[in-house]
Amino acid sequence: MRPAEGSFALTHRSGNADHLHCLNPTASAQGLHRGMALADARAICPDLATRPADLVREAGALASLRRWASRYAPMVAVDGPDGLMADISGVPHLFGGEADLRDDLHARLERAGLHAASAIAGTRGAAHALARHGGGIIADGRLADGIEHLPITALRVDRATGEALSRVGLVHIADLIALPRAPLARRFGPGLVLRLDQALGAQPEPVAAAPDAPHFGVRLTLADPIGLHADVIAGLARLLDRLCAKLASAQMGARRLRLELRRVDRGMTHIDIGLARPMRDPARIAALFAKGVDAVDAGFGIDALRLSATVTEPLGPEQIGSGPTIHHSDALADLLSSLGNRIGFDRVLRLLPATSLIPERSFILAPAAYSMPEHASHTTGPQRPNVIFPPEPVHAALGIPPASFRWRRMRLTTLRATGPERITPEWWFDDPAWRNGLRDYWRIETCEGPRLWLFHTPQSQAGWYVQGEFA
Amino acid sequence: MKIPEPLNLRPHRMHEAEGRGRRSFALFQAAQLSGPLVWILPAHAPELPMLPGLPQDVGARLHILRPTSEADLLWCTEECLRAAPVSLVIAEPSNPLSLTAGRRLQLAAEAGRTTGLMLILAGAGSNASETRWQCEPIAGTSDSTLHSWALNKNKSGTIASWDVNWNGTSAAVHMVSETGKRCQPADAPR
Repeated sequence: MRPAEGSFALTHRSGNADHLHCLNPTASAQGLHRGMALADARAICPDLATRPADLVREAGALASLRRWASRYAPMVAVDGPDGLMADISGVPHLFGGEADLRDDLHARLERAGLHAASAIAGTRGAAHALARHGGGIIADGRLADGIEHLPITALRVDRATGEALSRVGLVHIADLIALPRAPLARRFGPGLVLRLDQALGAQPEPVAAAPDAPHFGVRLTLADPIGLHADVIAGLARLLDRLCAKLASAQMGARRLRLELRRVDRGMTHIDIGLARPMRDPARIAALFAKGVDAVDAGFGIDALRLSATVTEPLGPEQIGSGPTIHHSDALADLLSSLGNRIGFDRVLRLLPATSLIPERSFILAPAAYSMPEHASHTTGPQRPNVIFPPEPVHAALGIPPASFRWRRMRLTTLRATGPERITPEWWFDDPAWRNGLRDYWRIETCEGPRLWLFHTPQSQAGWYVQGEFA
Repeated sequence: MKIPEPLNLRPHRMHEAEGRGRRSFALFQAAQLSGPLVWILPAHAPELPMLPGLPQDVGARLHILRPTSEADLLWCTEECLRAAPVSLVIAEPSNPLSLTAGRRLQLAAEAGRTTGLMLILAGAGSNASETRWQCEPIAGTSDSTLHSWALNKNKSGTIASWDVNWNGTSAAVHMVSETGKRCQPADAPR
């Protein structure tokens, strides 16, 4: 998007009205402010250009800015939806002092096209307040002087408290500092006094940066390009060892992995594999890469490898040892992984029981990699066929149940009929196959041998169908 | 009850079953064995095993593969036969196996010490298979579920035919004794 000239604002819909979410200096200069209704803003400034705000991407941008800001301090935390808080204790002398550090920060952000306001103060509360009201640096030991001219709302008190304070004539922080604490706490709650103490340094408040989520990616850069299959496998083995150690320390297992190979001509190829269950065993994962590495065109050689676990799942430490069960379940998972990588994980299936009386929905075909085997509960009621197929019409069927009929070009005569078993459609699902109403199922044993599962629909007279075959 | 010896498939070999009752035969064999089972059927095949109708504990051990092409189906079969933990691989190829494919599957079964059972169309047998069974359901009395399982080809034994009574849910099977010839009409019981 091109930079906006003139007044520009991002709008956000909350409740059922659009509000200004964020605005540029030109717009602020015209008297607009954040949180103002869009209709009011348009009345003040008719040529205001707006775009809807994307809060998710904004949070993402702030998170990446936080990673960048760690060049100034070891501990940087996200502070609200639009701020960063860094603990720069012991850092400023590396940049030549606090003022130089702040200038450096602003210069770099300016170059990136970001307007930022910042403040440096001895406490988190004071820095927060000052950054949102002009910015600047509060010298050591002069906290009260530095923030006393700011409005009370800068202290992170809620809107109701702020309004109550302004109603009694307390507008600036200086007014609060002079007052006795006990009546203040009794009247406006302990939150206000706590915020004031935090801003003035009487109560500690750490920066509390959340730890970075572990990144499961490793890379290997080579001085000389490689092209042999065995060399790539050897490089992959080194990467896998490191990646699996990382996974083990975070108690995670990889579910999908991607190996990226960079050729000397800057071409990139990648190999993706999936695993039938979370895993971090280098040897077993390497076996799955073998086929993909075979197919790679090395060109003039490969000079960088990068391996990342794109999907991970928690995987606790497990008992390893000589148990045959453990060994077998590992081998089965390996088999399912290699099958899934060739034919697709949605084609490696498992039968799971389901609670429905409708024959087609009495079981689920679930991907085996993402389900555990379940034992069907003991079923009562009429026997079910062991093979099911979509209903196929039978011809020349007369009588209920039919005495003889033709199916798949065979003339069949009924020897014995067991039934009917009436199954009604599930009204909460609109299944096109069941629009003919309820069905009467019969087990028909024929003189010719086949034992079939026939049904007819008494409500619509649509004839007879075969849906399954018994043993 | 002890499983009748002649109906057991020879382990670590590839076998074939044809006829209308081949899926029942496969499920019977699956119920005899313990351990994971794999059933490979083409993605376009309409027939699916129905979980509530399968023999006890077969459903939880069964894995179903639905490859789209015949080459993938044979690849899956070979891969499963080579894998040690699988006890029985059931596959439904749509075309007759070529000599090479049949031999490869037989070698894979030996290498992986896994039993394979191909459910083939009539007359689509392979030379390499260890045994070939012709399976047909047959009509019987109301308390029986009769099957005729005929061994048509046997590389290491004699061929024979059995009529058995298997109800499709248990692992037990009863041999049906051969019909005796009666010389006189039976009298009504008094």
